[in-house]
Amino acid sequence: MSANLSASFYLISGILFILALRGLSSPETSRQGNYFGIAGMVISIIVTFLSVGNFGPGFIYVLIFLLIGGTIGAIIAFRIPMTAMPELVAGFHSLVGLAAVFVAISAFLKPEAFNLGVVGNIKLASLIEMSLGAAIGAITFSGSIIAFLKLRGIMSGAPITFKGQHIINLILGLTIILLIYYLCVSQSANSFWTIVLISFLVGVLLIIPIGGADMPVVISMLNSYSGWAAAGIGFTLENTALIITGALVGSSGAILSYIMCKGMNRSFFNVILGGWGATDQTNGSVVKEQKPVKSGNADDAAFLMKNASSVIIVPGYGMAVAQAQHALREMVDALKKNGVKVSYAIHPVAGRMPGHMNVLLAEANVPYDEVFELEEINNDFANCDVAYVIGANDVTNPVAKSDPQSPIYGMPVLDVEKSKSVLFVKRSLSPGYAGIDNDLFYRDNTLMLFADAKKMTEEIVKSL
Amino acid sequence: MEIDPFIFRLSIFILSIFVGYYVVWSVTPSLHTPLMSVTNAISSVIIVGAIIAALAGASENIFETSNIFGFLAIILAAVNIFGGFLVTQRMLQMYKKKKK
Repeated sequence: MSANLSASFYLISGILFILALRGLSSPETSRQGNYFGIAGMVISIIVTFLSVGNFGPGFIYVLIFLLIGGTIGAIIAFRIPMTAMPELVAGFHSLVGLAAVFVAISAFLKPEAFNLGVVGNIKLASLIEMSLGAAIGAITFSGSIIAFLKLRGIMSGAPITFKGQHIINLILGLTIILLIYYLCVSQSANSFWTIVLISFLVGVLLIIPIGGADMPVVISMLNSYSGWAAAGIGFTLENTALIITGALVGSSGAILSYIMCKGMNRSFFNVILGGWGATDQTNGSVVKEQKPVKSGNADDAAFLMKNASSVIIVPGYGMAVAQAQHALREMVDALKKNGVKVSYAIHPVAGRMPGHMNVLLAEANVPYDEVFELEEINNDFANCDVAYVIGANDVTNPVAKSDPQSPIYGMPVLDVEKSKSVLFVKRSLSPGYAGIDNDLFYRDNTLMLFADAKKMTEEIVKSL
Repeated sequence: MEIDPFIFRLSIFILSIFVGYYVVWSVTPSLHTPLMSVTNAISSVIIVGAIIAALAGASENIFETSNIFGFLAIILAAVNIFGGFLVTQRMLQMYKKKKK
């Protein structure tokens, strides 16, 4: 296949990928969008086979490895529970990163196969592109592995910080740049390998100081990195499909990181340079005076909600941990039978990744037109009879609006306290990830339901 | 003076960032998780590079070091392509409208 023809097909793939993302603007068009994405991928792979034009024994091996990987991927995709999506996405990011590293290594070892010159005399631009691709890929890989371990709970979600951390990162970053310069001057294989090794280290160091609650930002950020790594390789291979995709994914991840940071009212650098948990622990433990709290049981909750005309459900990460989404749907069904109007309010940073709660509710067969974002629903709390907070905490804390001293001051929160009564399902009065007390617990219109989210919801269903 | 082809690729890259910017802002927040899984799947188009690497000079010895890295990258990217698209499909199938 001629180079011009294959380049045109790669362009078509790139456009199909754009359409795949465009489809996600509404759930109705999203499935079609996914097919566009698959079509783009199939075109890219077939065109690559045709343009390499080598159908010898190597081709058979390529197909075999493709099938092995594909089978593993398919099995994972069908088996994974929806609550584990954040880990899965982090794991997948690490694979993209490592694949980028491997392709860059291969291009460095055999540049003639990629039209980049010969060993010891690789084109300057290609050297920069492949070493950047390898470095970002390596950071994506090791960073995603740490994120995966933290999300899976294999590694503690607490931020790991030590003195001089940022200076070390800075020095390592500068070293990578210097080594890339040296690589361009000398074509030295050793400096290429050192770049890859240091980048693996940087990925680890970059993610360990970030706490569990900041994971939505981390995952989005790694998503962005995996895109830039792909783009770097795309420049090396002079491949339009890869360049377009890399740019799309890179900006997508960056936008998601921005949305997540905004949802927490924090700057991107503030998140990267260490978590809330690390800096604000002293603040949290000071407020330990005993304040009166009203607590109730499932029957009280059932009574309140049955007699309400409208109920807003506020789910959070705790709902995912307790796997309470199905019980919750049953409760809502029972309420609807009683003529209660029910809707769901989702905070942008609820859960461990962007859109996490929406997927869990969709899994429990909650229609997506009953689920609303913060801006859409926040005014409705004032007219609502009962707010049922399940597994959320910091995102409902009225302190964010009233107390400029609070570390979460300015963060957009759901105006839960404005509803006539608040049912707050929680195991204890312990503070949330921000390490601060939730003022909502002590309000007159709040009834605390001390129990596991799933158990409590099931009990309410029984007494309804 | 002739324009370096690199400039053309850079133009595509930068324009794609803009396209990505506007397209991603129009994605509904409730689909942000599928957005991440599908971007994951499409970034695995890096498999193109992996295939070239695996088949490079394959007539003499198909398991030179550079080929092996290519084969490894193919497995990784394939896990991602199949896993990414299928899990996205699985999620999107769950989004339903209210029964009328």
